[in-house]
Formats: sequence, structure tokens, C-alpha cells
Amino acid sequence: MTDAAYNFAYLDEQTKRMIRRAILKALAIPGCQVPFASREMPMPYGWGTGGVQLSAAVLVPEDRFKVIDQGADDTTNAVSIRKFFERTAGVATTTRTADATVIQTRHRIPETPLAEGQILVYQVPIPEPLRFLEPRETETRRMHALGDYGLMHVKLYEDIARHGHVSAAYAYPVMVEGRYVMDPSPIPKFDNPKLSGCPAIQLFGAGREQRIHALPPYTNVVSLDFEDHPFEASKPEHPCALCGATESYLDEVITDDRGTRMFVCSDTDFCTSRRDAALEAAQ
Amino acid sequence: MTPILSVRTLSKSYGPRLGCRGVSFDLWPGEVMGIVGESGSGKSTLLGCLAGHLAADAGQVIFDTRSHGPRDVLAMAEPERRALSRSEWAFVHQHARDGLRMGVSAGGNVGERLMAAGARNYGAIRGAAQDWLARVEIDPGRIDDRPSAFSGGMQQRLQIARNLVTGPRLVFMDEPTGGLDVSVQARLLDLLRGLVRDMGLSAVIVTHDLAVVRLLADRLMVMKSGEVVEQGLTDQVLDDPQHGYTQLLVSSVLAA
Ligand SMILES: Nc1ncnc2c1ncn2[C@@H]1O[C@H](COP(=O)(O)OP(=O)(O)OP(=O)(O)O)[C@@H](O)[C@H]1O
Ligand SMILES: [Mg+2]
Repeated sequence: MTDAAYNFAYLDEQTKRMIRRAILKALAIPGCQVPFASREMPMPYGWGTGGVQLSAAVLVPEDRFKVIDQGADDTTNAVSIRKFFERTAGVATTTRTADATVIQTRHRIPETPLAEGQILVYQVPIPEPLRFLEPRETETRRMHALGDYGLMHVKLYEDIARHGHVSAAYAYPVMVEGRYVMDPSPIPKFDNPKLSGCPAIQLFGAGREQRIHALPPYTNVVSLDFEDHPFEASKPEHPCALCGATESYLDEVITDDRGTRMFVCSDTDFCTSRRDAALEAAQ
Repeated sequence: MTPILSVRTLSKSYGPRLGCRGVSFDLWPGEVMGIVGESGSGKSTLLGCLAGHLAADAGQVIFDTRSHGPRDVLAMAEPERRALSRSEWAFVHQHARDGLRMGVSAGGNVGERLMAAGARNYGAIRGAAQDWLARVEIDPGRIDDRPSAFSGGMQQRLQIARNLVTGPRLVFMDEPTGGLDVSVQARLLDLLRGLVRDMGLSAVIVTHDLAVVRLLADRLMVMKSGEVVEQGLTDQVLDDPQHGYTQLLVSSVLAA
């Protein structure tokens, strides 16, 4: 049931139009950060206000909405965002990746391959991949404008010199269509290959930083690396303890107060579906 | 032969204040031009305009590019000028801090220009950085140290390595030996002289120090109040100065 006190999906139509214009611009220039006038949302920054505004701007009444937080549909953050749109937009929700038309995510890309017609909305804390190398916004903007990205590789060089490998396990920088260096948000680098050639639309929203960037379907995305230190989409070398999957990203969880650990799929929908299918096959 | 750099009536003001005015000269391949003059005479302004760090008000700076021959740098679009400044030019700042990334290792500092130019082999980049550290007389074993752990003279040599690693043809230097001890200066000058000769570099060097000019520069320009008052072969200008200001400059240094 929709709460009548709000406009559809909470934001007023004018704000949604403004955000949609920024989204279109971002889609037209893949990987380029586009500013937008971020609005106050009824949740604090750091809780996905950028993603929520993008979702609000793209949702239509016919949509089926899914929210994941680090792969899980049932964390407090995911539940509260899902409830928020159930209440303010009255849209159907789901936990199944394949059934969702709009998926808002924090820090993961679903294991189930996305399809044409789906939109994946990322919550982004810091959209600027050069921020920690060059704090001056005027300078980073110029670097993007001129494609002057030597500094980005200096960062990777420093990592290898210090640690023997590129230390970034999350938010691993990528080159979009050979033009813009982009921060894919703090997804594990395991997910990076899924960014490229994806049939779904991928939108990235940073609320506090007031930036949107985007990847239209089938965009070429390459993780930065060196020839002799090639990018590797690594993950823990275990099968999932629950569903046995060997190809999915795993979280290490502690299962009792004696510190027993096990590795399980971070994507709860993927894991549940596999277990259900196995159960069905057994019967 | 075509001059590598051909400067015509270059002028730059800061609002009402004159930076430099009507500067013209040719720099030939392999030649080192010294620019001397008192504080505020417009040396850094001129150098900044030549290197594209400052926007000149009028004039031409024609550089003989590797790929397209002589081009007016001032008329170039910013991306093109930046690409040029990364590949064919080098700029050595007076203060090493302005020309180095203090938070990045020596190897990263030297490698940056290679990576900006598209180098993507870590081992090769590291090898080139080690070579260059050795060439500027820094122990290659210190490749992973940050410049903050280096002495002033080492920092300046690191800045030079970082600039020369991509094999530029033209080097701009603004008081490269300023702020260093005399003995450190002498060593740096020796090094610079060797590099300029070995690499066949063309260079424009701004300095206060006539000894630096005598050692490095083939030709000399003397600036006063934003204008060039005298130019010629270094030895000629220093031994037989024509302009009253140059005479004063030379005699005051000799007297000192
Ligand atoms: N950013 C600026 N804004 C305003 N005036 C400037 C600026 N930079 C330089 N000037 C003025 O332009 C003139 C030339 O200065 P410039 O720095 O080129 O001299 P210089 O010969 O390099 O001096 P020094 O030997 O002290 O480095 C001076 O009058 C100076 O005050
Ligand atoms: Mg100066």
C-alpha cells in the first residue's frame, strides 16, 4: 500500500527529472562523473542516499525491486531501503535476481548474470578514483578531461613495489571504453569482470558527493594492471560450505563462539536458489 | 637547420604589472640558453610562458615537434600541449618539492612519466627507474624510499631523473641549483652538464648565478625590468658586456 503523503517513490517529479537528466548524461559519457543536486533523504549519508535517489528516479509502478547489501537481501540496510520503496512507491519487491527489474546494491554485483532490461543501481561512497592520489578537485577534473592518468598507474606501481601485488581488493579502478578511469564502488575486485559487457544498465550514485556515473549496456570495462602483473579476479580458494559453489564470491563467517569459520556465498539469493534446486533434484 | 624553439615578441603582464615584454630568441638543437637578471626581472615569467604553465598575452613560441615540425605552442589546445610537455619537454623546478610527488617512492616518481606515456610493464618501468637513479648518482637500492628521506641535493637529482626518463629534447630549468650548498651545487652542475651533453639536450636555464651560466650555457640573455637588454654567446657577454646593466652585473659578481 502506498503512503499517500508522498509522491511516487518519495521524490517530487521535478527532482526526479533533474536526476534523470544527469543519468542520461552519465549514460551518454560512460564512466564520466556527472554532478547532480543531491536531495536530503530520510536516511543519513552513508546509508545509500545516492543509490536511493537513483532508484527513485528510475522506478515505475510496474517494476519489481530488489535490494542487496554486500550480497544479502536480509540485512537491516537492505530491508529498510526495500521497505522504503514498498511504502513510497508501492512497487513489488523480490529477492530473486532474475525476477528483479531494478536492483539497488551496496558492494556487490549479483552472481546470476544480469539481463537486458534490468537496471543495477550502486551505492557509492567516493566516486573519484584519483581522490587519494590528488586531493584537489580542480586537478582531478583536469586529469579526467585530458585523460591524464599516469598517476593512477603510479598508485598501482607503489602497491606492487610495497606489497608485491596490487593491494586494492575492493574499489579496484577500471578504464571505461578506453577513455575514463572509474571507481566501480567498493565491490570486491572479483566482481570487476562482471562490469564489462553487461547487458543491464549500471548506474552509480554518490549522495554526499553529489555525483552520478553510469555504464550503458555492453560497455567495455577493463581493470587497470601491468602486463607482468595482470589483474586477477581473486576470491577465497574454497567452495561454498552451504551450496558447494566454486565460482561465486565467498564471505568468511564465524559460526559459533569458539571461532569456527566457514566460507559461504556472499550472494544469498544465488546460494539459496542453488540449494533449492539441489533439494528439488534430490526428491 | 630549424631552431628547436623560436620565440617571437613574447609578452605577459599580471594586470598592471609587467612580467616580461617583447622577448624574442632562437634556441638551436643541442644548445643551452642561460637567462640571468635581478630578482623580479621576469625570468620565471618568461620560462613559465615558454613551458605553457602561464598564459602569455602576446607573441609566439614555435617548437619544432618530433611528429609535426614547427608548431606554435601558444595556439595549441591544452591536451596537445600537455602531451608535448610530458613527452618532449622537461621542467625542473627550483624547489624539488614542487616537481616531485613527496608521498610517492623514488621509483614511482621516476616511473610516472613513463606510465603516463603508456608504459605498462612493471619490471621494465622499475628497471628504467633504477637506471635513472644510477645516472643521477642515487643508489638504486633506494628506489622504494620516499623523497622526504632524501637530502636536498638528492631530491633535486631525483627531480631531474623524473623529468629526463622519457627522453625529452627540451628542458626548462628555473634556478636548478638555488637553495643548495655550494659543494652540492657544484656536483649537480657537473651532473647536468654531463646529461645535457650525453643526451644532446636543448635547455633554457634561469639563474641568478653567473658561475652556473658560465659552466652550462652556450648563450646568454640578460633581463631587466621584463625586457631582454643583451644577448649573445656566454663568454662574449660575460667578458665584454655591452649594456650598462650587464656591465654592472658582471662587475658586481667579480667584485663579490
Ligand atoms: N603571480 C603573479 N602575480 C602578480 N605579479 C607577478 C606574479 N608573478 C610575478 N609577478 C611580477 O612579475 C615580475 C616578474 O617576476 P618573475 O617572477 O618573473 O621574476 P624573476 O626574474 O623570476 O625573479 P626572481 O629572481 O626573484 O625569481 C615581478 O614584478 C613580479 O612581482
Ligand atoms: Mg624566478
